[in-house]
Amino acid sequence: MADQCLFDFLHMEIVSHVYKEQQSNKEQVDSKDGALCISVLESLGFRVGQGLIERMTRDSPSFKDELDIMKFICKDFWTKVFRRQVDNLRTNHQGTYVLQDNKFSLLTPLSSGKQYLDQAPKYLAFSCGVVRGALCNLGLESVVTAEVSIMPSCKFQVVIQKLS
Amino acid sequence: MSRQSNRTTDSKKMNSELFTLTYGALVTQLCKDYENDEEVNKQLDKMGYNIGVRLIEDFLARSNIGRCQDFRETADVIAKNAFKTYLGVTPSVTNWSPAGDEFSLILENNPLVDFVELPDNHNTLVYSNLLCGVLRGALEMVQMAVDVKFVQDTLRGDNVTEIRMKFIKRIEENLPAGDE
Repeated sequence: MADQCLFDFLHMEIVSHVYKEQQSNKEQVDSKDGALCISVLESLGFRVGQGLIERMTRDSPSFKDELDIMKFICKDFWTKVFRRQVDNLRTNHQGTYVLQDNKFSLLTPLSSGKQYLDQAPKYLAFSCGVVRGALCNLGLESVVTAEVSIMPSCKFQVVIQKLS
Repeated sequence: MSRQSNRTTDSKKMNSELFTLTYGALVTQLCKDYENDEEVNKQLDKMGYNIGVRLIEDFLARSNIGRCQDFRETADVIAKNAFKTYLGVTPSVTNWSPAGDEFSLILENNPLVDFVELPDNHNTLVYSNLLCGVLRGALEMVQMAVDVKFVQDTLRGDNVTEIRMKFIKRIEENLPAGDE
């Protein structure tokens, strides 16, 4: 089966393509272009997340509540996509969740420590999109952001958007 | 928690879906970024090349395979080991040229196109062209220059997917080649 490192390499190529493409359109890349690249990567991930969750939950009964969905994301979904379970899930019970992964699979090949910390957001945008896409198809509109203070550990913050 | 029991999606299968879907998203993005299919094909090949030059290391470390004696052995290793390890399929090796420098890999099913249908306006798109780049890049790292191209594709209505590989020359110098 598609071995994991094939996906890792593909992901790296995608990131580098998106940035190169942006660069070639302009002389200089400023912070606005950076944000654009992040959003392109995020939307790629979103589509992938949607597809994955549809296939994973095809034969399963519906979820009990929001927390139940989040637990599923942390366990089953994370294992399938990122090869391990989330290490820690915290919530304020008002729609904000923090998922901590101490050895995030897409950061481990990159660095261990603070070196290249400024490059980390590029390599997390896709994953944020995947999570948001998955949640979206389970009926939860959300905003997903990632935060790294020391690699390869990573915190994903999920804020569920309540439908008013 | 009663639900847990009936979620036994095969994790390997899932990984391949992740790859397939991600690849699909990439091709879609490239089609947006470039105006014509030729450009997309070229870009896919280039990205594949970059993957190939790295993947070969992983492959050699994992498979414990030594130097191939001839091109026929190389063909077998590619089909039976490389494709099996990374894509979970074993293509058949056929249509050897009389000189023994050219052969075809026939894929009964191509995991990259699992969920794919090509729209009418992309009839010159070689969807799986990444594979050509991967093979070219990987073989270049073991001093073999090859020409790789798709000659049949199930996406275009052929019965099988056929990748044609042609041996060009041995690369003599051992200088590391730069990224493309």
